[in-house]
Amino acid sequence: MKVEQISIFLENKSGRLADVTEVLAKADINIRALSLADTTDFGILRLIVNDTEKAKRVLKENEFTVGKTEVIAIEVTDKPGGLAQILSIIHKEGLNVEYMYAFLEKHEKKAIIIFRFDDLEKAIEILKNAGIGILKGEHVYSI
Amino acid sequence: MIWNKEFETLSRESLEKVQLERLQSVVERVYGAVPYYRQKMDDAGVKPSDINTLSDINKLPYTTKEDLRLNYPFGLFTVPMEEVVRVHASSGTTGKPTVVGYTKKDIETWAELMARALACGGADKGDMVHNAYGYGLFTGGLGAHYGAERLGATVIPVSGGNTKRQIMLMQDFGSTVLLCTPSYALNLAENIAEMGIDPAKLKLKVGIFGAEPWSVNMKEEIEKKLNLDAIDIYGLSEVMGPGVSCECIEGKNGLHIFEDHFIPEIIDPESGQPKSIGEMGELVFTTITKEAFPVIRYRTKDLTKLSDEPCACGRTFHRMQRVTGRTDDMLIIRGVNVFPSQIEHVLMSVEGVEPHYQLLVDRKGALDTLEAQVEVSEDIFSDEIKVLEQLSKNIEKEIKDLLGITCKIKLVEPKTIQRSEGKAQRVIDNRKL
Ligand SMILES: [Zn+2]
Repeated sequence: MKVEQISIFLENKSGRLADVTEVLAKADINIRALSLADTTDFGILRLIVNDTEKAKRVLKENEFTVGKTEVIAIEVTDKPGGLAQILSIIHKEGLNVEYMYAFLEKHEKKAIIIFRFDDLEKAIEILKNAGIGILKGEHVYSI
Repeated sequence: MIWNKEFETLSRESLEKVQLERLQSVVERVYGAVPYYRQKMDDAGVKPSDINTLSDINKLPYTTKEDLRLNYPFGLFTVPMEEVVRVHASSGTTGKPTVVGYTKKDIETWAELMARALACGGADKGDMVHNAYGYGLFTGGLGAHYGAERLGATVIPVSGGNTKRQIMLMQDFGSTVLLCTPSYALNLAENIAEMGIDPAKLKLKVGIFGAEPWSVNMKEEIEKKLNLDAIDIYGLSEVMGPGVSCECIEGKNGLHIFEDHFIPEIIDPESGQPKSIGEMGELVFTTITKEAFPVIRYRTKDLTKLSDEPCACGRTFHRMQRVTGRTDDMLIIRGVNVFPSQIEHVLMSVEGVEPHYQLLVDRKGALDTLEAQVEVSEDIFSDEIKVLEQLSKNIEKEIKDLLGITCKIKLVEPKTIQRSEGKAQRVIDNRKL
């Protein structure tokens, strides 16, 4: 039910994002989803990759500060209203979303939304009870 | 004008006689009243009766800021607390401040010495003294205030801040003497220019500036922009506060030390060996008249040299050259003493781990800026922006609470702070002093 996400601290200097992707490419790691949140001084890069442990290790070896967080992935039909329904449940149940980002599945016409909740277990339970399909980690890593 | 002609023009011979008597008396007092001093003197194998000439001062152990820290807050006071009428405090090297105390007579002495200093710098009875040193635990505000009153001048106790209002008062009241830090003087000058006021229309004739290091260039800039004579004054709370020494308006070349109250020495900061007149070294003071909190051979960590050349003003006291540096890593930012160890202490308490950090000091316009770059370790890292932003804010607040100054926190990637020989360079001071 849970998906492992790695996060990387980046200063707002040109070329740092490229440095990360280069380190991962050299280690033969595929990036499945990516989101960058930034302020004027720094940014946090969040990644879902096909091999979390290896990605973490090679990034650390290259002196990046790396963290690991559990998030959940929900598949949404790529049509109007798909996301709205999920958000209204989250809102009604009072779940707190720290952040979210989306990416598209290549072959099927579906979007995957990554949610970071402050209370992950509670979120899973509520979404399951509401009949929302939560993707397994293995599924996301191998997209 | 010489405020106390009798003492300020004593012959060397008479002065040394006064100094020896007072030195013997203070050594006897601290030995009797403060177990810590007695222990240190016993360890060094010296008794008060061993002080028979002025050069016997060399036998006495030094006192350092560390000794003050170990005796926090009142452990080195030589009188019962009911005789202490005031305390002041300055930054210590860690979380706790350095505390100093004064008896009623100490406050009198301080006012006398500060009056001497103001007169030395060119202030006089009829002057309107604009005192923009901060009032509070810092010795600057109250120290200068009492001295100006003793001099018989009119004091405007304006303290720091609210620059536009200060300038209005300066115009309306006709301030003639300005007392503040050199960087605040520059700030005032820039605001005066921005407001389109002609400095020649102000009545300022002299500014007596201290509590932070400044260069000859800065001095000239202030003199030009404010249309006054800029005078350097020196003091530190451990020794008394402002008024330990001051430049004279006639000579404007070095600061006369009020040697009938303080015995200065210059020593080699490494070996602790005394140096001769004219040689650069660390300035050391013994206070010979203070009651509540005398210090014996206190190491100021300020670097300077002494001069015994006769001076145009007629004072016979030796002069110290303007302080050009420090033996430690203490920074003076907007008149506030800042030790990197204090910032480190805050980072430790907020992060819970030993931080990698670097302090960047700069001067933007007239104001000093302080930025701490902190490497983001895994222990403090979060995948949420708001957590990291909150962390920076907490550190900024803690530093503001502790030091009273703003320090911007900038989070940086690991290993971005340069390390030389394994040890990080803690401070980069880009101010052109
Ligand atoms: Zn002089």
